[in-house]
Amino acid sequence: MSYAARHGTQLYRSMVRIRAFENAAEAASQGGVSAFGSAGNGQAKVRGPLHLSTGQEAVAAGVCAHLQRDDCLTSTHRGHGHTLAKGADMQRMMAELFGKASGCNGGKGGSMHIADFSVGMLGANGVVAAGLNIAVGAAHAQKLQRRDAITACFFGDGAINRGPFLEALNWARIHALPLLLVCEDNRWSATTASGAMTAGAGAAARAQALDIAALQVDGNDVFAVAEAAARCVAEVRGGAGPRLLHALTYRVKGHVSVDAAAYRDAAELAAALHTDPIARARAALLALPGCDAAELDAIDAQAQAEVQAAIAAAEAAPWPEAAAAFTDVQDTGAGTWF
Amino acid sequence: MTYAEAAALALADAMQADPRVVVLGEDVGRGGIFGQYKGLQQRFGPERVIDTPISEAAILGAGVGMALAGLRPVVEMRVVDFALCAMDELANQAAKNRFMFGGQGRVPLVVRMPIGIWDASAAQHSQSLEAWFAHLPGLVVLCPGTPQDNHALLRAALDCGDPVVYLEHKTLWGERGAVDASQRVEIGRAATLRAGRDLTLVSWSRQLQTCAQAIEPLAASGIDAELIDLRCLWPWDRDAVFASCARTGRLLVVHEAVQVAGFGAEIAASAAEATGCRVRRLGAPRIPVGYAPVLEAQSRIGVDQIVCAARRLLD
Repeated sequence: MSYAARHGTQLYRSMVRIRAFENAAEAASQGGVSAFGSAGNGQAKVRGPLHLSTGQEAVAAGVCAHLQRDDCLTSTHRGHGHTLAKGADMQRMMAELFGKASGCNGGKGGSMHIADFSVGMLGANGVVAAGLNIAVGAAHAQKLQRRDAITACFFGDGAINRGPFLEALNWARIHALPLLLVCEDNRWSATTASGAMTAGAGAAARAQALDIAALQVDGNDVFAVAEAAARCVAEVRGGAGPRLLHALTYRVKGHVSVDAAAYRDAAELAAALHTDPIARARAALLALPGCDAAELDAIDAQAQAEVQAAIAAAEAAPWPEAAAAFTDVQDTGAGTWF
Repeated sequence: MTYAEAAALALADAMQADPRVVVLGEDVGRGGIFGQYKGLQQRFGPERVIDTPISEAAILGAGVGMALAGLRPVVEMRVVDFALCAMDELANQAAKNRFMFGGQGRVPLVVRMPIGIWDASAAQHSQSLEAWFAHLPGLVVLCPGTPQDNHALLRAALDCGDPVVYLEHKTLWGERGAVDASQRVEIGRAATLRAGRDLTLVSWSRQLQTCAQAIEPLAASGIDAELIDLRCLWPWDRDAVFASCARTGRLLVVHEAVQVAGFGAEIAASAAEATGCRVRRLGAPRIPVGYAPVLEAQSRIGVDQIVCAARRLLD
């Protein structure tokens, strides 16, 4: 029985939940920030920079399918999908994007700092490549604590040009840490194509130069991602040391939700849309015996209903108390602000 | 016991008491280049006293990840100048983690980054950057000036549960003094080293010694100075400083760091607002530390400058 037949609908469900979340967040964010020639209007429910992972869902779904609840995860500024796939509560996530008190961070972080420590998701990050060394530390702690848990770290193609990428990979290798490095390569570094900014063959080649086994995979084929991740996770969990998975995908949206990405070739986007991971998974599933469209339609409808409920709950939720600006800063010296 | 040995003892006691305490940094297994980790790897093993590559960002970033995963790491930056290679990990990650994730995690982390002018070490091994860290919400900033405080404040730093920037002074490593390992210090409490009627002298770290040397010449000029070792820059002991300033009516803050935008300005302004006292600051000129003795000397604060600044407050 193929991987798709055994796990297909779960992976499909994971992806459509992310897509529904991203689409709803995108709609709620228009006018939320002044950037890329678009003016903030003060009316948006989701304010500030919103980095969408639309079209990249297969990487989050395929990798996180193999993580346990007590495995750790660090993510990027484009981290909603990873967080959902790791098992975070969608309502608390949407409330966080709305800046509400019921958000997973109490409204203190928003989209760029989405996190749910209760499922091992140690945070998205506003700084490119910053999650890598935090993941190294979490994995090092897991090794010292003799735990079975591992750490996974998502980062983008832009991150491999920052120094912490080299430092993290070197450290993970010399200490043989239980760390899965996932380069979610969406081809774009903000508004600059990454290829022209990157020497050599990219993330996998750089990992191999440090004696870290690396796989490259079609990041828009959720079954291929899941199968590759299964191998990598099994090896990492088995004590083989770090592994790197280089997943090639495409950033369908702009850098942030109000960026129309007019700087890129329309043909490139059109070609990428032909490889949409959800459409491909759906077609592959429908080709299997025993899978019908009604089952997948029901999954789509459930995801829509879930996200609408999350939007409604986020809208209804109260703002944080102003006093919350002064909590969780530090204990030592708390109460002295000037 | 020396200032370096006092820190090693504090760390050994903490590691003995709490298996979550680990050390990571360059050369720590050999005891550190200043001997401040001497004997720890032999006693606690390489898993808890972890030698690392020259990767400051990874050392500090890994410290954050370890802290989030339940350890209590002490990370070694060798000198504060090198810690600048890990500023994202300190300023954006360690300091903000707890707040921006809504209190989901804590970062109990001690970052040792020695400061100060030291043995002709020129511009990139001589800085005193404590004011940078006092500016960052989320961080505790400590500057021990004696062996006793290097024991007690390091224990307090390890116990406090917040990310701590721990700034030892490189010329103090061999400084000897009695250390009572049972003595505890509350972070945020200054130490009044000498009582006086006419002037409040506030200083910290190695500059305390110069201030102490200035007491006698000041007395010869008819100035009876009170000397306060601030030792904690955040939180700092306003009660002690303000009470002293209210009595003396005059405050001189002396630090080895560059005077412009130094922490002395913060103390002087706060004390003037609170007590109406007259204030002066004395720090280094805004120049990089030079190599040749005559150049390096331009960045040092001597007894004569302290006496001169104090006299101007009494004019």
